[in-house]
Amino acid sequence: MEAAVTKLEAQFKDAILEKNEFRGETSLTVKTDRAHEIAKYCRDALGFDYFIDLTTIDHFETEPRWEVVYELYSMAAGLHLRLKYRLLEGEPEAPTVSDLWPTANWHEREAYDMMGIRFKNHPDLRRILMWEGYPHFPLRKDFPLEGLPSDVPDVAFTDVAPLQGGPFVTAPTDGTTQVREPRARYLPPLPPKDKFVAEP
Amino acid sequence: MSNVTSPLAYDSKVEGNVIFTRLDAAINWMRGNSLWPMPMGLACCAIELMAASSARFDISRFGAEVMRFSPRQSDVMIVAGTVTYKMAYAVKRIWDQMPEPKWCIAMGACASSGGMYRSYAVLQGIDHLLPVDVYISGCPPRPEALLDGLMKLQHKIMGEHAIADQRKKYVEAA
Repeated sequence: MEAAVTKLEAQFKDAILEKNEFRGETSLTVKTDRAHEIAKYCRDALGFDYFIDLTTIDHFETEPRWEVVYELYSMAAGLHLRLKYRLLEGEPEAPTVSDLWPTANWHEREAYDMMGIRFKNHPDLRRILMWEGYPHFPLRKDFPLEGLPSDVPDVAFTDVAPLQGGPFVTAPTDGTTQVREPRARYLPPLPPKDKFVAEP
Repeated sequence: MSNVTSPLAYDSKVEGNVIFTRLDAAINWMRGNSLWPMPMGLACCAIELMAASSARFDISRFGAEVMRFSPRQSDVMIVAGTVTYKMAYAVKRIWDQMPEPKWCIAMGACASSGGMYRSYAVLQGIDHLLPVDVYISGCPPRPEALLDGLMKLQHKIMGEHAIADQRKKYVEAA
């Protein structure tokens, strides 16, 4: 792993912003406009032939807001590399890597569908889970869990789910998970300690 | 001695094979005991639905074994599973293609109320789109629960006014 990272650092000294090693996993944060170039180098020169996954993070209320994460794997060497880059809130436009790994096509469509990140030069950037015309991006932090109403005639509609006090809804408190956990809120009140109750 | 049988005379071939009933009751009995389900399997409830139609639970004991994958040949839609908003109009469209008289069973928590999916993506009960006759609780319900729901539907059908309802429909259409 060190060899590959050293090569990468030598080749793209000015493009790698941050390097993080944690429990044997290497994560590199790179410049957005160099990301495609670096990904291509990883595939061609370093042998990262398997594009495991693409994920996105919404750093809500911080700038740059969006973060895109590539999980790369080398089948031959058994190496796992993580590449990240950030995008500003106003223009969530990322370079596509679907020309390098065909599987990235659908991963990027999902990221667009759920997070609203647009991938430049993507061959077919349509929604993949929600339908065309759905106006929201459901995995964004400012999207409410219960959803927002929408209507695309003859295709689909959405409504707001009744969430308040629902059986599976955690309450926003400062307490631990045990306090927030829904069932904890509906426990019957405990009997007073000085009074004996056969069956509380 | 004449061998011509009078039409009013006792006929041992007919006796015992004739019953008197109301037409409504006869039609309801026939409808209720040969329900052809449209298996609208959308999630894990569909597995229980399949179990209900297999040897151990044997839904054919109640005359509902003829699962039809064409809505035009079925008269009870068993909505078994989570109805997402993306699927909602498709279910509605299949329902609209089923010929009258037709009934709907909402099988399981999701089809009845959205279940544990209080979410932006899931319809909060198929009764937002279709008239549901029987709701079955459970997540998923066991096959016995489905059979119980089916029997409840049969009881419901037995109480319907088949002829009057049909005539009313024609009068309203005219």
